[in-house]
Amino acid sequence: MSILVDENTKVIVQGITGFQGSFQAKRMLDYGTKVVGGVSPGKAGQEVHGIPVFNTVEDATQTGANTSIIYVPARFAFDAILEAFDAGIKFVVCVTEGVPLYEEMKLHRIMKDYDSMLLGPNCPGVISPGKSKVGLLPDRCFIPGDVGIVSRSGTLTYQVAENLTKAGIGQSTVVGIGGDPMPGLSFVDVLQMFEKDPETKKVVLIGEIGGSAEEVAAEYIKEMSKPVFAFIAGRTAPPGKRMGHAGAIIEGFSGTAESKIKALEDAGVKVAMTLQELVEIVKNSED
Amino acid sequence: MKLHEYQAKEVFKSHGIPVPQSFLVSTPEEVVEVVKKLGKAVLKAQVLVGGRGKAGGIKIVSDEKEAREVAEKMLNSMIKGHRVEKLLVEEVLDISKEMYLAYIIDKQSKKPTIIFSNVGGINIEEIARDHPESLFKVSYDPLAGLQDFQIRRLLFKAGLSGEDYKQLFDIIKKVNVIAWKYEGELVEINPIVKTPDGIFAVDAVLIADDNAIFRHPELQSMRDATEVDELEKEARMKGLSYVRLGGDIGVIANGAGLAMTTMDMIDYMGGKPANFLDTGGGLADPEKMKTCLLHVMKDQNVKVVFINIFAEITRCEKVAEGIVKAFEEAGKSIPLVVKLVGVNEDIGKEILQKYMEEKGAEMYFVDTLEEGAKKAVEISKR
Repeated sequence: MSILVDENTKVIVQGITGFQGSFQAKRMLDYGTKVVGGVSPGKAGQEVHGIPVFNTVEDATQTGANTSIIYVPARFAFDAILEAFDAGIKFVVCVTEGVPLYEEMKLHRIMKDYDSMLLGPNCPGVISPGKSKVGLLPDRCFIPGDVGIVSRSGTLTYQVAENLTKAGIGQSTVVGIGGDPMPGLSFVDVLQMFEKDPETKKVVLIGEIGGSAEEVAAEYIKEMSKPVFAFIAGRTAPPGKRMGHAGAIIEGFSGTAESKIKALEDAGVKVAMTLQELVEIVKNSED
Repeated sequence: MKLHEYQAKEVFKSHGIPVPQSFLVSTPEEVVEVVKKLGKAVLKAQVLVGGRGKAGGIKIVSDEKEAREVAEKMLNSMIKGHRVEKLLVEEVLDISKEMYLAYIIDKQSKKPTIIFSNVGGINIEEIARDHPESLFKVSYDPLAGLQDFQIRRLLFKAGLSGEDYKQLFDIIKKVNVIAWKYEGELVEINPIVKTPDGIFAVDAVLIADDNAIFRHPELQSMRDATEVDELEKEARMKGLSYVRLGGDIGVIANGAGLAMTTMDMIDYMGGKPANFLDTGGGLADPEKMKTCLLHVMKDQNVKVVFINIFAEITRCEKVAEGIVKAFEEAGKSIPLVVKLVGVNEDIGKEILQKYMEEKGAEMYFVDTLEEGAKKAVEISKR
């Protein structure tokens, strides 16, 4: 077991004829991910690395795909995500950075009409080491194991995973939910999946300053049976652009590193101050 | 992207939201001219910082002499690190009540939300904390749009009636139109005031979603006037995500989380980061790293730069080439602490090593973030 992706995951790549799409499709194939098709309007019949290309996601579903990864420019991402939902794809990963806020807001409302999940936008994707990778996470950082990782960052996640891997601690699944303020899957959604996953024994949460996602996650962690460890980036960052007084009125005093660390510690989470310490506390919990 | 008050007020005015009569000026002489016309007036520094009033950026003047004195003091002064280049000179209204009105996208509920309070002004956040019952909120379905009944409910709950109710109803509708037209993350009026001539927006805040600016050329043209720090402005032109922090250890990392963690670790080891710089993608081209390093080196306070690159797919020799190019173009080098992980990292290190030996540049290669931060702090303190 693992969450979100495993050996049964069949992926199509939306935007497969673009530079990133083509390149990452190859890397996923190399990892052993079952990449069964690609979508690029007007390019049906072509092949990319031996993967058949279709005009629409609907056409591509004849491959038996249940998952899609999106590599299209920001202004086309909303359309691409909706196309995947509409074609019945159950799990959509949107890597694209810079999707407008109003489109992300509408997506949350529209998603309610579909039985589908969205990871991202602006995320590195997900990997269940040794089974499948849907995203651009660098293979070498990961080995199979029982630690679930959920993170808002990209490269910082790779660094944390690599540190764990070097210490001999493997991962069940590593999920990058992305850095946008209204991500599809939230910390809580992923934590709930880890809590239910028999293969995951403990969880590492990597947060960042801004918003209140970590504070909300802390509330859920109180109900979890599995131990959670955390790291919060941005303790020394200046307060970001505040959304006027209204931001403070709506989000209260969440958003700072202090607020997040306190909320997590109150929920029984061990919060590391350095990346080295994070490896140590996860390792020590092995005994 | 946050608009200046005067820009936001122009938007309000063109959409029919009443704002006080005002003039944008940049010299004391112009201020005097305006005050001749208006009589008693309020001078407002056009800087993009919160708490401007408390920091001396808003002053009432009653005659031409006082106007000149205050304008001379205010123009070109610094407010929270921002230089005052323009003043908005505004008529003084006869205010009988200060209220608060905002439109914000609530990231938790993922819905547009209108907030209204019968009490406004600079202490609105304390009011929100201590008397949450005095704030009224309504969130709506972004697919259906704001409905009249929702505005009615909001205003009736807040106890409004008569002419105030009618005008506020109309203003809320217009605020909502502005928000959707410019894809605003926030539209805020604090205070929105009652006068014998009706309701007026005395302040105006409009923050538009940066990701949507590509389809709002009218905002792009306003943008140049909103940048303050020269290095930050230049960084944006170059497409870099850069924030100046004032310390002496430059930071370059790929990824916001990694860059922030690098800053945190420098602080943890007792040093002071000079900046945040996320290179973003595109490191496959040496030009990108060159641009980043040259940019960080422009900050005169920087004594050492910690380059922390976790290359997913980028070949590290390209990053190394970029570093060498930057030094050659600058005609000088600066001590570097380098943590370079990824494809061909050995070749990358070799290139740097060679340059170091030939040109006498000072570089230290580290394997962990902690080690790198420690080294950078050590160099900054010698």
